[in-house]
Amino acid sequence: MPNSLDMKTTDGPRGPKPRKILSRRNIILYGTLIFVAIYYLVPLYVMIVTSLKGMPEIRLGNIFSPPIEVTFEPWVKAWAQACTGLNCDGLSRGFWNSVKITIPSVFVSIVIASINGYALANWRFKGANLFFTILIFGAFIPYQIMIYPLVILLRDLGLYTKLPGLILIHTIFGMPILTLLFRNYFTTIPEELFKAARVDGAGFWGIYFRVMMPMSLPIFAVAIVLQVTGIWNDFLFGVIYTKPENYPMTVQLNNIVNSVQGVKEYNVNMAATLLTGLVPLAIYFISGKLFVRGIAAGAVKG
Amino acid sequence: MNSIEIKNLSLNFGDVKVLKDLNLTIEKGEFLVLLGASGCGKSTLLNCIAGLLDVTDGQIFINEQNVTWLEPAQRGIGMVFQSYALYPQMTVEGNLSFSLKNAKLAKDEINRRVKNASEILQIEDLLKRKPAALSGGQRQRVAIGRALVRDVDVFLFDEPLSNLDAKLRTELRVEIKRLHHKLNNTMIYVTHDQIEAMTLANRIAIMRDGLILQLDDPKNIYNFPINKYVAEFIGSPGMNFLQGHINNKDNVSFQIDDTIFELNGYNFQTVVEDKRPVWLGVRPENIVVNDGNKSLPVNFDVVVEVIEPMGADTLVWSHFNGHEFRFTVDGNKVINIGEKINLGFDPLHISIFDFESEDRL
Repeated sequence: MPNSLDMKTTDGPRGPKPRKILSRRNIILYGTLIFVAIYYLVPLYVMIVTSLKGMPEIRLGNIFSPPIEVTFEPWVKAWAQACTGLNCDGLSRGFWNSVKITIPSVFVSIVIASINGYALANWRFKGANLFFTILIFGAFIPYQIMIYPLVILLRDLGLYTKLPGLILIHTIFGMPILTLLFRNYFTTIPEELFKAARVDGAGFWGIYFRVMMPMSLPIFAVAIVLQVTGIWNDFLFGVIYTKPENYPMTVQLNNIVNSVQGVKEYNVNMAATLLTGLVPLAIYFISGKLFVRGIAAGAVKG
Repeated sequence: MNSIEIKNLSLNFGDVKVLKDLNLTIEKGEFLVLLGASGCGKSTLLNCIAGLLDVTDGQIFINEQNVTWLEPAQRGIGMVFQSYALYPQMTVEGNLSFSLKNAKLAKDEINRRVKNASEILQIEDLLKRKPAALSGGQRQRVAIGRALVRDVDVFLFDEPLSNLDAKLRTELRVEIKRLHHKLNNTMIYVTHDQIEAMTLANRIAIMRDGLILQLDDPKNIYNFPINKYVAEFIGSPGMNFLQGHINNKDNVSFQIDDTIFELNGYNFQTVVEDKRPVWLGVRPENIVVNDGNKSLPVNFDVVVEVIEPMGADTLVWSHFNGHEFRFTVDGNKVINIGEKINLGFDPLHISIFDFESEDRL
């Protein structure tokens, strides 16, 4: 017969508290998460499945059923043969246009915005606050107001309907939000580091390239993700500031999907849409971790 | 020869006057500590000397050269910051050589200086590491090394030990003192820690509201504080203050309520008229517990309220005529709460301040 002291030391609670796996809390939590995930993934599933079916199979109407006979024909057609207007060389033309638009736009806008943000955060020049206020104000002006003036501006510069014109537009519209992003990030870098670099004899560019930039890779990743997805997915500027042979992929996709002549080739449309979405998707997967880290770093001390 | 001369320096941030017409001369090889509570302008003054802040008015001379408009790197200074401010993406070696590369020095000269500095600070084994892989003390050593490689005459320290734990702080404090003996260059050291100030300085400048209140060697600041603020700031535990007035009829004495302390031996700066209201300040460590022979000129009784043993000595809290009164006794002495105890002090070791202006009398 154990005495009361032994009872206390051996039979009492000890170690981690046991938790029920099928508790009400867990069922509600995971149930909601699974439901929401399915809700968002079903359209994607339908698109993928449909893009792998032939037209006869689609006409049967079972949009949720997997393809009986997998075919990549619609993907090939979407990429190389789909017609928009007189051109029948598929989305590939739009893809390369988008590449030619996105890469320089992302590069130029990030270079300028990061230098802006650095100057605003660390070199408090006269009028810096006014400049910053005007720039941020720019982020709140609706695009519609600026569209026509910019058409005139580009026309006078001789860039209207050309790719460099569109690159300029993307750079301008990316500026407020990107500058804000970089400025806020650079202000979180301790001021003493900047002071130390000045005592060590580094100048404006020396501090930027050798001290600030190497410390800011996460925020550069964030900026790249924001800009690549934003510019790649842009439709409005592409349709306004370019002409058909320079149309980006999104505009071309719209023209393929919305063409009224002939039969609606759902499988080709689905394949074309997926092709257009591949680039932003790939960017997210590659830089997802950096992206979250960068956003969080900017958020803690804004 | 003067190492640093500051003439009529003023600095305003908008309407706020941070430094007010400040003058300061520092000799070559001197260790000067700027001491004050936060917001007194001590770090601002250091930043002005470093050239990290533009001054509103006045001039700064370093080695007889007017550097008021020069860039920090051109002033011949090295600076150590509270947060270490090491470049996180560079190795220790990269951190040490950054300024030398910016100055476009030859490669073997850079290597020689980095080697020399890392030997002095005993960080040779850490050269290939990144700052993230260093402890706090090691980081601060690297930060000092970064100032050392520049081979400059003036070192500026901005609260360099405040981020370290107590034990490391004591260790590095001694090391900084050794470094000063070895290099014998001018050092200006900003701190709010009066122990650091007392132990390191040749001279201490106590600052308040953008002004230097007292500039003197540590002993004089401790023994003859120029006003009540300085007296309160220096010394731990803090000075005791009794509020009363001076009697100056036959001989000078201090009266608090009905108690009268004879002040024979106290050196008054001026003639003090009868009935002048004053503060009498006496440090806890200058109070002597009377062990029977009432030889001290001043003595009185208090009741023990709280005891704080600190090892070497014990701090005792009590009240005297409504004023809180602390004194230290030998750590081995047995003292009980509620005990009545006879205390005394020598008027030589007290300070008397005017009640209104709080200046030393």
